[in-house]
Amino acid sequence: MKMKDFSKIFLNWLQGEEVLSSTENGRDRSRKGEAPETSLADGLFREQPVKKLERVQLKSFRIFYAVCAVLCCAALQATLLTTVANLPGFGTLSENAEPLEEEYLTQGMEETGATNIVAAIILNYRAFDTLGESFVLFTALCCVTVLLRADAKNQREHLLYRDLTGDNILRFAVSLVAPMIILYGFYVMVNGHLSPGGGFSGGAVAGAGMILLSAAFGFDVMDRIFKEKFFNTLCFCALGFYALSKTYSFFCEANGIDSHIPKGIPGTIFSGGLILPLNIAVGLVVTMTMYGMYCLFRRGCVGGVSGTRNKDRPGKEKNERNGEKEKNA
Amino acid sequence: MKGTVKKKKMLEALTGSYEETAAVILFGIGFTILLFHKNLIKKIIGLNIMDTGVYLLLASMGYIAGKNAPIITDPDGAINAADYINPIPSGLVLTGIVVSVSVTAIMLSLAVRLHKRYGTLDLDEIYMSAVNEHDDR
Repeated sequence: MKMKDFSKIFLNWLQGEEVLSSTENGRDRSRKGEAPETSLADGLFREQPVKKLERVQLKSFRIFYAVCAVLCCAALQATLLTTVANLPGFGTLSENAEPLEEEYLTQGMEETGATNIVAAIILNYRAFDTLGESFVLFTALCCVTVLLRADAKNQREHLLYRDLTGDNILRFAVSLVAPMIILYGFYVMVNGHLSPGGGFSGGAVAGAGMILLSAAFGFDVMDRIFKEKFFNTLCFCALGFYALSKTYSFFCEANGIDSHIPKGIPGTIFSGGLILPLNIAVGLVVTMTMYGMYCLFRRGCVGGVSGTRNKDRPGKEKNERNGEKEKNA
Repeated sequence: MKGTVKKKKMLEALTGSYEETAAVILFGIGFTILLFHKNLIKKIIGLNIMDTGVYLLLASMGYIAGKNAPIITDPDGAINAADYINPIPSGLVLTGIVVSVSVTAIMLSLAVRLHKRYGTLDLDEIYMSAVNEHDDR
């Protein structure tokens, strides 16, 4: 094999030049039978037959990549396995346990009023972390909206999926099951400070119930309740409430001011201070995010606004789609 | 002789804490998928498998044999920290899950857009047509 050529390419690649692009490009062209344009590899080996050389380069690069990838994976796996073998075994208490965890366990209930210590950690001690998580979810929803929202420029081919909304059996089954699922989601949300669960898991369950509803009854029914404005207002209010109330409570506690937030009796439903409302706020955000992402992926809008616009102008959509195809071809 | 004893010890440690071993192997599988597959959706699946490995590792690190979940069932009784497992990894796993869901959503929507633009999910083909477009311009 042309070890020399190969090493040359590799050195170039190390210096940051796009070897892969040129070889890939070459392969594409040679397959199509077109004349390859001047690229980096051509410049390097102009005096030799280009097509053959490019294929050789490509092949050698493929082999090189595969070998490198296998080595990389094997090295990673070996390192990780060695690390695990030297960790304290599963289920054993490590000798240098954190004093923090002991403090959380012994004083967590007294300080926060929640019997679920994990909820106390994530919604009281580390509440801003959880606020950040909610904002990560919300930001992801915004990004998905930017990428997938249907408008005049970006039309969705939303009629490609098989529509099951007319199915009577599905409708009946969903009308029995979906309220239970949503109710269970809210139960998990509201009981977050007493039992396993909380806003994120409860919100995911409730969101799944709403997705089921919209899959069975169609978006027209859901749009009567979930207008885009309602959706936005709910998300904004939940996030705003979370941020403001937690800022207030942190400010008060850090400065030794009585915040007048009752902690309640641990173990009862109205306990845990702010954890219960915060769980509901987080749960609402997660529900809305799940449902909103489903809507955006399936038809390109959350409320009923853009969808009706699409229906009104089917001809324009078709034309634009054809235009795009031509552009691609 | 010494080497074999060491190897035996390592093997014992690996099989003894098989939850963590499984987590690490899951991570490796995800990484391998990420490197070897050209399909964007498969890459996203690989990344999600990696995430799962991380959650499993964190959750199993927090577990201590014979202890309860960190939920105080008797609020009036005395609380002994030695009765409960470590609650901190559970909170960390929650953060990880949320971030992974968000990242997966963004990646999938990008994949949708790329598929719409180029008509394929193969990363090489997308790259080639992008380069061709650039050259044409």
